Amino acid sequence: MTTAVETAEKGALAVKPRRRWGVAALGAYTWLVILYTIAPIFVMIAYSFNQAAAGGKLTFAWLGFTTDWYVHLFDLAALTQALERSLEVASVATVGATLLGVPLALALARHRFWGKGFTDLVIFIDIAAPSIVVGASLLSLFISLDWPRGLMTIIIAHIAFDIPFVAVVVRARLEGLDRSIEKAAYDLGAGPWTAFYRVTLPLIWPGIVAGALLSFALSIDDFIITSFVAGQTLTFPLFVYGSVKVGIPPQVFAMGTLIFVGGIVLAILNALWQRRQTA
Amino acid sequence: MPRLGLGRRLAPYLLGLPAWAYLAVFFVIPLVAVLAVALETGNPDQGYTLTWHWSQLTSTISEYHVQFIRSFEYGAISTLIALVVSYPVAYWIAFYGGRHKSSMLLLVLLPFFVSFVIRTLTWNFILADSGFVLGTLKRWHLLSQSYHVLSTPTAVIAGLTYNALPFMVLPLYVALEQIDRRVVRAAHDLYAGQTMAFARVVVPLSAGGIFAGFLLVFVTNVGDYVNAAILGGPGTTMIGNIIQTSYLQNLDYPTASALSAWLLFSLLVAIALYARVFGTRQIQEYT
Repeated sequence: MTTAVETAEKGALAVKPRRRWGVAALGAYTWLVILYTIAPIFVMIAYSFNQAAAGGKLTFAWLGFTTDWYVHLFDLAALTQALERSLEVASVATVGATLLGVPLALALARHRFWGKGFTDLVIFIDIAAPSIVVGASLLSLFISLDWPRGLMTIIIAHIAFDIPFVAVVVRARLEGLDRSIEKAAYDLGAGPWTAFYRVTLPLIWPGIVAGALLSFALSIDDFIITSFVAGQTLTFPLFVYGSVKVGIPPQVFAMGTLIFVGGIVLAILNALWQRRQTA
Repeated sequence: MPRLGLGRRLAPYLLGLPAWAYLAVFFVIPLVAVLAVALETGNPDQGYTLTWHWSQLTSTISEYHVQFIRSFEYGAISTLIALVVSYPVAYWIAFYGGRHKSSMLLLVLLPFFVSFVIRTLTWNFILADSGFVLGTLKRWHLLSQSYHVLSTPTAVIAGLTYNALPFMVLPLYVALEQIDRRVVRAAHDLYAGQTMAFARVVVPLSAGGIFAGFLLVFVTNVGDYVNAAILGGPGTTMIGNIIQTSYLQNLDYPTASALSAWLLFSLLVAIALYARVFGTRQIQEYT
């Protein structure tokens, strides 16, 4: 984080008149790219209000405005169930990954230990490895252990790919922390547990929340790894992918729109809360 | 620091052990196991046994080398386009965004709030033969009636590029934002023109961000199969599609594992090369 003074020093470069056009053109270009990036979101929202053809599936053609799909949001049992599964998987995986990832971050940020370099490497590879290889290798494991694929294996897989993200985010927070505050706690007679519980934990809490939110977001959106370990179980992304070939029920876009709006609201609340924490 | 006793020396192991054990069982061992399965022979009905069939690695790659090379080709092209498109955006937000920096960044990251599969799917609606864009152009006779984008390499690469944009802008922005403006000003004071200051000061200082973005996007896109499955056709099959069908439909685990091993190995070589040249530290910071 930069302080106000640094930000002021680094502030926008003074623009000479003859450069204004160039800067303006670059600005226009930036807005065009932003528009391009969010175009599919508008398409999703628009089609969630599109009337469906006789079969109850969405068509590429615009058939007229309707709010039916929001009124009948939960009419498709399979879709509703898939969404519930996704929320369930993301919640459980987030709790699991946070419980495992935070201590790992503490070990990495605060201690030197044998195998630290290797741990860093494993975390890096876990983040960098292509999903398809992670998914395929986990499926190999489950097949050789003869574990039936389903909700349990999905959650196991999600925790495995969430842990490194929680660890990296929390570790960054820990390393940005002023250690003299903790030393002061020790000087004032606090034991390691009290110091951790009363000083360190509250200070790294925003990092833990950020790590947990990231892992929730990754889990609820994961498609590739889940597709390998899911067996017959459907999560929301798997349901959507599966419906591409047989026709997309309009509720998919309605739910996508609601998840989008919910995500934005959560992100704004989190930003406001973080700002209050640092202020 | 308090006593440096046994407790303190054991602390990192106790703290790290649960996560370590978990990642060992559900990440490290499976990755190694992939190689073992790649050396098995048998068939879906009777099961597979480990026969150390090393030549399977070479025979699979020669059978699927077309899709393998195509994946790296699509991955490289989409990553390069994403880099070229994203750099000016990240640059403008970081240097001229002013008060609205965070809001503009949030707009770029907005697609993260929509499911990846739905995002890809909407391009199906946008690019459909009779959809809004092509349909309108055809009605105005600006395009021939038989013109189509879906099922072509263009559609797949466009989808890959689109999905890569936020992942590319974010690390670029972080790197560019950290550049001290006084360094750029110093370059101007030393008579560097706009282009010179940009090429010799700004770009080298953002190298960490460029390669973080490059790695994130390249690895994801080379191993992707969703874009090819939703936007592509028979001629755009990527290695991810082959691995997926071998595993889940043909139950041909050895072939799928051999291809996964090849994919992981090739990408790790690429990462190791970058890590050697630019250092992994910076890359980790952005991921």
